[in-house]
Amino acid sequence: MNKVKCGLIGPGNIGQDLMIKISRNEYIELACVVNIKESEGLQRARDMGIDTSSEGVQYILDNYKGVIDIVFDATSARAHTLCAPNLKKAGMFALDLTPAAVGPYCVPSVNLSETMLSQDNVNLVTCAGQATTPIVSAINEVADVYYAETVSSLSSESAGPGTRANIDEFTETTRSALINVGGADNARAIIILNPAEPPILMSNTIYTRVRKVNIEKIAVICEKKIKEMQVYVPGCRFRMKPTLTDPNNDIVMCVVEVEGAGDYLPVYSGNLDIINAAAIRIAEMKAKKILGVIDGKN
Amino acid sequence: MEKIKITDTTLRDGSHTVRHQFKIEEIEKIAGGLDAAGIDIIEVGHGDGLAGSTCNYGFAKHTDIEMIQAAAGAVKNAMIACLLLPGIGTVSDLKQAKKSGAKVVRVATHVTEADISSEHIREAKDMGFFVVGFLMMAHRADANRIVEEAQKMASYGADVVYATDSSGAMLPNEVTEKITALKNNISIPVGFHSHNNLGLSIGNSLAAMEAGATYIDGSLGGLGAGAGNTVTEMLVAVMNRMKYAHNADLFKTMDISTKILEPIIKSHMIIGEDTLQDSMMLGYADVYSSFMLHAKRAAKRFNVDYREIILELGKKQAVGGQEDWIIEIAQKISEVKNS
Repeated sequence: MNKVKCGLIGPGNIGQDLMIKISRNEYIELACVVNIKESEGLQRARDMGIDTSSEGVQYILDNYKGVIDIVFDATSARAHTLCAPNLKKAGMFALDLTPAAVGPYCVPSVNLSETMLSQDNVNLVTCAGQATTPIVSAINEVADVYYAETVSSLSSESAGPGTRANIDEFTETTRSALINVGGADNARAIIILNPAEPPILMSNTIYTRVRKVNIEKIAVICEKKIKEMQVYVPGCRFRMKPTLTDPNNDIVMCVVEVEGAGDYLPVYSGNLDIINAAAIRIAEMKAKKILGVIDGKN
Repeated sequence: MEKIKITDTTLRDGSHTVRHQFKIEEIEKIAGGLDAAGIDIIEVGHGDGLAGSTCNYGFAKHTDIEMIQAAAGAVKNAMIACLLLPGIGTVSDLKQAKKSGAKVVRVATHVTEADISSEHIREAKDMGFFVVGFLMMAHRADANRIVEEAQKMASYGADVVYATDSSGAMLPNEVTEKITALKNNISIPVGFHSHNNLGLSIGNSLAAMEAGATYIDGSLGGLGAGAGNTVTEMLVAVMNRMKYAHNADLFKTMDISTKILEPIIKSHMIIGEDTLQDSMMLGYADVYSSFMLHAKRAAKRFNVDYREIILELGKKQAVGGQEDWIIEIAQKISEVKNS
């Protein structure tokens, strides 16, 4: 079967992990990888037999119009804001892994709808947003969340210079997704970097304050939701199931841990894994739509 | 000789002890008293800093803005400080704090993670703040690493850099070694913040001053997370004995502690059971001091031994801000115990 051709801008940590994930996907293949300078990531792409260029996104626009349908952008918010209109003009569906958020937030297990796939640009929020908004959304469905709060702990090793230099962008974007995708009336997001050795797995503590305290219903829907997430992020699981922090209050707490697939960075980098797995999931659904594949049949 | 600058953190680190429930009139009285006693810098706010009022750290009675405004309105000479932990508070919180009257910000990161403070330190300098880089859990890194991280904060524009003994786990010889290394390798003044979990805070503060630290933290009566901080009035007494130059008045500092703070603390009805040994465990196991009250509540809720929770937190190398790990650990211990 033909696969849908994809492009990748920015083969850094995220990008190189995506290269590996795309290479084993049934519906998409990587046709071109570009960067703004020669790099280890470009060399790796060449080693995999993929066309590369150090001339940046213009190379894809000039040479792959009508060929590449989906472009992953793993550069920076600034760079993505600049190239997004051009990708749109070229008819390429952009998956934005930067905090630019030119398009709507997409969290596959919550809002990957037909409408989302008809957009020309979707944003992947943050790794923390991918790990926490599905659970908040699930709890909101049965218990009406009026406040959501997340504490995401990342191993120091897995937080790159981009995250470190823009930590406010990370917490503010995650907060916004907890409200806009998760459905909480109000929210806060906290990020902690932990340098423990051996490195800790990415973990996300989720507190929700709910109007309808029914822990049984919450437990059931959360169990269902985590299974939906596991379809595209097999390493995500509850380390602590939904529990009231105090029998007399309305704060439900749970902990979602993400063990990465260990593709490019080690398994502790679940943060990197979950955002990429979500991007792949969206690309795959878009590809199926382009190929006219109906779920369950090939 | 250069004067030692005292930062009193009764109204910030001490907030942990009253579960962030200081009232506006209490803040005004304490800040006003500290100012009249010649304290240089008065830190105010939720124990976990700007925007610390959360499920994870406990909700405060008043907003950051209200607390800073109250303190700023009560002082003549002292500078009001706020604390900011990147990852919890943001540059936008900092702007609000500045408008409310804060003149100093202490930007705090785990000792190995100074690079997450670059945007906050730079922006704070642009806003006109006096900026203190605060390297927490200084116990967890060796002298070379602390110097490296302090240099980063200095390069972003910090005016002072602190070695912060958040777990109260440091021993005097270690303080001497680390402060000496900082003094020898960075050009900005060096400070030290202690916790008394192993009963060493005044000795450690003295070791820091002897090694060249010129900014020292204290709190009235030692009010603060875990066993609390260096007792401000004792610090003043020791500095007088050592003939260090400073701006504080001993009797006035003593009086504000006994006549103003003590009745306030009594009115908050703080139960002091086993606090000495509970806080000792923090220093022993190298656990962030503000975890103590959360761990005590979790021990009660899941009917497990508080000490086991603390040992496990130390083993897992939890860092400041990871209070969320406490309930989970308590639940696990309880499951094992009852299986």
